[in-house]
Amino acid sequence: MKILISNTSDSPLYQQIKDQIKDAVLKEELAPGDALPSIRAFANDLKVSVLTIRRVYEELEQEGFVTSQVGIGTFVSTGNLELLRDSKRRLVEQKMLDMIQTAKSLKISKEELNAMMDILYEED
Amino acid sequence: MSDILNVENLNKSYGDFSLTDVTFSLPEGCITGFIGINGAGKTTTLRTLLGLAKKQSGNIRFFGLEMEKNEKKIKDRIGIVLDDGCFYDELSLAEMKSIISSAYTEWSEQDFKRYMEMFSLDPKQKINTLSKGMKMKYALALALSHNAELLIMDEPTSGLDPLIRSQLLKVLTDYMENGGKGVFFSTHITSDLDKIADMLIMINNGRIVFQEEKDFLLDTYRIVKGDAKALNGDVRKLFLGISETAFGFTGVTKQMAEVQSFFPDAIAERPTIEDIMLANIGGYKK
Repeated sequence: MKILISNTSDSPLYQQIKDQIKDAVLKEELAPGDALPSIRAFANDLKVSVLTIRRVYEELEQEGFVTSQVGIGTFVSTGNLELLRDSKRRLVEQKMLDMIQTAKSLKISKEELNAMMDILYEED
Repeated sequence: MSDILNVENLNKSYGDFSLTDVTFSLPEGCITGFIGINGAGKTTTLRTLLGLAKKQSGNIRFFGLEMEKNEKKIKDRIGIVLDDGCFYDELSLAEMKSIISSAYTEWSEQDFKRYMEMFSLDPKQKINTLSKGMKMKYALALALSHNAELLIMDEPTSGLDPLIRSQLLKVLTDYMENGGKGVFFSTHITSDLDKIADMLIMINNGRIVFQEEKDFLLDTYRIVKGDAKALNGDVRKLFLGISETAFGFTGVTKQMAEVQSFFPDAIAERPTIEDIMLANIGGYKK
């Protein structure tokens, strides 16, 4: 899992860390059941306060991405595939809405948009 | 998470100087930095907390226990490293240790030996042959060898070179990873805190200026650089401190959103703890 904290970003530290962990879970770089680092070890490695990591873990647990077991550790949630798939879909939907808005403002029709998508999806 | 220390309305004065209504708490599991300039009241606060100086009023609770009624029990659980080590110069490190170790119920000779080796200290050496850095390491070895839950230190790194300071910081983070419940240390060398502090408490003129999570401070304060021409009376109020040259201004603000509306082209950077400290005592000016 890669977590890179930007010193020049406007986003608060806990938000950056939380978003990147969520990303890793959604992209399945972290598998259900995988253990996350202990709060203090993680804080030391990222050079942030333990209070920040504590908050990240608490919010991720509230949002269903991880579960915590006192004295044992924090683990990526299992059995939450629907929730995660929903989140993935929502992520793509958000990007699609942005794309559609841009297309409409540039007077690009739905047919053109679909044609562009067909070509681009086949690339890579 | 419970607090390992609660201080409420601590008041103490002597001569020209007073601690006024000092109130703060140390959450469990945190390294807390106590910052302030020389003479701000850091040492007085620590000495009063530890019962080395008498308070006029206020409430002090360690681990939920009242200090007034449980002093001995509490002191057994705290490791102390003070600027003036109160060591007897003529004794050897081993002799001094036997005096000190007898005061603690959970003294661990094994831990002490380990730290002495880690710090390359010879127990047969006399205390008055130790350099400043070695004295601090010795005091730390003693403080960490009786299973203390809380470590309190007064300016442990002042006068020490960057190498020793980084070694000390490593010892502190290891301590927290291995059962330590808290570290509270006063300093004016804020770069050390940039690296390991979780929580910061600032004192000035005997009063607490703020108690905040370090990351919250780093997320909220910003250093802004922009065109000095746009600085008028209202805008100046958004900054805690401004320094101006012929080429522009640099200011510290807690209200980045408002500042952005006045200076959309300004450069904004995250501050260091030193910037935050100076800004809060009006020191960020030219």
